[in-house]
Order: sequence, then C-alpha cells, then structure tokens
Amino acid sequence: MASEPVPAVRTESLNLWYGTFQALQDVTVRIRSGAITAMIGPSGCGKTTFLRSVNRINERLGYVRTTGRIEVLGHDVQGAGVALTQLRRQVGMVFQRPNPLPLSVRDNVLFGHRVHRTPDAAITRAEEEPILEEALRKVLLWDTVKDRLGARATTLSLEEQQKLCIARLLPLQPRILLMDEPCSALDPRATGAIEELLWDLRGEFTILIVTHNMAQARRASDECIFMLMGRVVEHSPTEEMFVTPRDRRTADYVEGRYG
Amino acid sequence: MSTQDRPSGSPGDAAAGPPDRRDLAWYVDMGVRVLVFAGGISAIVFIFGIFVFIGKEGLGFLTGPFRPGEFFGSTAWRPTSDYPTYGILALMAGTASVTGLAMLLAVPFSLGAAIYIAEFARGRTRETLKVLVELLAAVPSVVWGFVGLTVVNPAIISVFDVPVGLGVLNSGIILGLMATPIMTTLAEDALKAVPDTYREAAEAMGASRLQVVVRVVLPAARNGLVAAVLLGVGRGFGETMAVLMASGHSINVPTSVFDSVRALTATIAAELGETADGSDHYRALFTIGILLFVVTFAINLTADLFLRGRGRR
Repeated sequence: MASEPVPAVRTESLNLWYGTFQALQDVTVRIRSGAITAMIGPSGCGKTTFLRSVNRINERLGYVRTTGRIEVLGHDVQGAGVALTQLRRQVGMVFQRPNPLPLSVRDNVLFGHRVHRTPDAAITRAEEEPILEEALRKVLLWDTVKDRLGARATTLSLEEQQKLCIARLLPLQPRILLMDEPCSALDPRATGAIEELLWDLRGEFTILIVTHNMAQARRASDECIFMLMGRVVEHSPTEEMFVTPRDRRTADYVEGRYG
Repeated sequence: MSTQDRPSGSPGDAAAGPPDRRDLAWYVDMGVRVLVFAGGISAIVFIFGIFVFIGKEGLGFLTGPFRPGEFFGSTAWRPTSDYPTYGILALMAGTASVTGLAMLLAVPFSLGAAIYIAEFARGRTRETLKVLVELLAAVPSVVWGFVGLTVVNPAIISVFDVPVGLGVLNSGIILGLMATPIMTTLAEDALKAVPDTYREAAEAMGASRLQVVVRVVLPAARNGLVAAVLLGVGRGFGETMAVLMASGHSINVPTSVFDSVRALTATIAAELGETADGSDHYRALFTIGILLFVVTFAINLTADLFLRGRGRR
C-alpha cells in the first residue's frame, strides 16, 4: 500500500448542499492518477456537482455549502488559505457547451498563460508562438486553424471550439482535466474525434469525465463511478462495471432499465 | 375532428361552431389588434409631426436671413439689436463645454458603478444600489438646477475663491450627476448581457475577478458600453432647465471652467416666449431646434448601431 501513488483527487465523506438541497452525500472516492475516470448516473445524481467541486467552481453560485475533505494531488483544497487561481491552474475544466472566449483563436489559447505569468515577465509575441503551436498541435487543431489564428474563436465549428477549449488549458500544464459532458453538443463524428483525443491525452493528464452516454463511458474510460441520488454506488474498473456490476442498481442502470 | 368525438365538457365545446364565425371574441381580437397597431405607429407619426412642425417654422429663417458663415461662425447672438445678427458659435461652445465636462465627470463614475453593481456586488447590496441609481434618475431637472444654484454655486465660490460660481464647472457637475444614473443603468445592462459562460470559462482557468472583468467582460460588452456613453451624451446635450439655471446664461466662448456660458437649449427656453410669432428671431430659435434635433438624432442612431453590433458577434 505504501508504494501506491498519491491519487489525483481524493474525497473523504464529502457532503454538499445547494441551499437546503443536499446534492452530494458522504462521497468518498479516490481518482487514480493518470487514468480516465468516467462518472455516470441519471440526471441530478450529483456527478456534475462532484466535478465542479474539485476546482471549486461551484462556489460561484454563492449558496453552496460543503463539509468533508477534498484533496487534489495530496493537498486539501477546502482551506481558507488555498489560492483558487493556483488550484484552477492545476485543474482545468471543459464544459458541456464549448465556451471559447469572444477573442481570437490565439488569444483564447494564450488566455490562461497570460493570466498566470508574472506581470514582469515580458514575453514577446514571438516567444508565445511555440506555446500556441504546441497546445494546438496536441489537440490536433493546428493544421486546421493555423491560418485563422486571428479569427474570432466563435466562428469555428463546434468540434473545433471544443478542441480549442481543451487546448487553452494545456499551456498552464494542468495535472487534472475535468470534463463535463464535453461531447453532448457534438455530432457522432466530432464525438469520436474528441474521444480519440482524450485517449491521446491519457497518462499525461488525469481525466475525470462526466457523461450521460453509456457507450462513451464504456469506450473511453479506465474506471467508472456510478452515482445515484448524490451517493457513490459503485466505483470499479470500466470493464468490470459493465460486465459484472457488483450492485443491483448499477446493473439496472448500465443495462438501461432506468435513467 | 368532429365535436361528437370529444368527451362532453371539454374546453372546445363552448367555441364549437363554424371556424369562420365572427363572434364577440373575433371582434375583441380585431379591436385590440387595431389599438395595438395604432399605439405602435403613433411614435412614428409623432416624431414625423414634430419634425414637420420644427422644420416648417425654421424654414422661414433658413430661406431668409440665414447666412451659414454667420450662423455657425459668429459669436454674436444679437437677435433683438437694430441690426440683428444670429451667430450661435458661442452657444454651441457653451453646450459643448458643459456636455464635455459633464461626460468627463460622469463616464468614470457610471462605468465604475455599473461594473461594481454587475460584477462585484451581491444579493441585497446589488438590489439596493440598483434601486437607488434608478431613483436618482427620477429627480426632476429643475430640482437639479436648484441644487446647482443653492449648493454647488456657494461651494465653488468658497473652494476656488471666484466671484461667481455659475458657469461651465457648475453646470458640468450638475449635468454629470444627471447623466450618471441613465449611463449606469445602460452600462449595467450591457455588462449583464455578457453570457455568464465567459466568466465561468475564465474563472475556471484561474483568472481573478478583476482579470475576468478587464480581459473578458469589458471587451465583450464594449459596444453596449459605447452606446451607454453616447446616450448619456445625448441626455446631456438636450438637457435644458438645469443648464439654464447653473450655467450663468451669458453668451460667451469659455476660456476657463469658471466662465459663464449659455447653452443652445437654454437659449430657446429663455427667449421663445418673448419673441413675436413668425419673426426672424422666432424662426432662428426654431433653426436651433432643428440643429438640436439633428444632432440628438445622430447620437441616438450611432448608439443604436453600436447596440446592434453587439448581437452580431
């Protein structure tokens, strides 16, 4: 046990309330570093809420209260002394609908980098160029957009926009990528392309992906977490969950009897 | 589907009958439609009517004693002299200086207030502030003029040690205060129109609140903010009563902020009642009216174009 690597994300009896509604109940999980973990479960089961509490973006709402412990890369992130900007630098997020900023493709990719570098670091445009190219190459977007770097990011196709939203996280060298149904706005071909990309990024990043799509969870993840009514019902390797689920409710869900 | 197919007592029963029957509901519907149409079209009719009226009265001057060089180039507004001259340069300078100073004061305040209300204030603070700002917009302009005369005037005299406190500075302050609420409200609307997904995306990348505002929200809201400022300018440009009371009302091209000036609008308000109907003086005032109308129209149109540009991106 002593040799087991630090989990990317670890929670300990995590409870979360939106006002008086409890969205997470006693969630204790360990997300394996370097793997793709899919979170599945019917709407309203708390999987997106869980995802959004890892980078604490939940707190934007203002009426969220949590108890319990969340550790990211071995550090408690709930404390008052935690610098949210640093946490979010290590934990990137991709949203359900592609949400590029209303800036050029170039400015989108470099946004995070510019926000985080020290103010006195005078980096010229020429020095930014390799960062830009590397990020876009990694998401297989460089060849399609290299002649349109000045174009408004919102003019790209949805698939390109979503890849751009992944690319803009990379210059920050995050350790964990949170993905909230990243393919739900995309057609099957684009979904395939994004899944392939995830598989390429696997290992370099820990990826936590929320999905409604059973087939996607099965194809594109190493481990699965099945949630129901704010609780984790089952957390097991993907193959096991779909072939020999331990819990009756998991079996019913993955076989499509409800949800 | 025939009526027999429906279970009795279904909502369709009462209205059953030939589909083209002109019953009471049909006439009510028609009546309301005509009424709403008349309401909608009336704005166009009125604006057109006003333009025709002002144009007709002003035209007598434009085709008569009007000389463009004198009208726009001379500072001598002497309509009641034995040899009348109609130069509005000083009046234009008065309006421009007062409006310009007012904007200099109002733009930073209203943009700051709008950013605070839209991006930083939460819950009760935000609601209270919004109500207060809107309340400020409801203060009548004559009350603002009164404040200019009785509060700002002595304050300027004692602070700057000048003999008279009525002038560009006084009316600029008053006009700035008057334009601030409307500009704040419009600018706040522009910031509100920026989709929250932008803020969320930037925050998720670790941008601070200030960075989100400066790098994402303000650029995205730029057109709306420009429109807000322009509409504020239009408001200041057309304001009459407060400027009349706070500006000192003497014809003068100002060389310092303490100089007394007279605005185009104030000139019309002060003189129109004392001119003979149909005289050159009377018609010259209407020509100023045309000028005000055209400039305000141009400002509002530009603001509108900026607002439309917002949706295109």
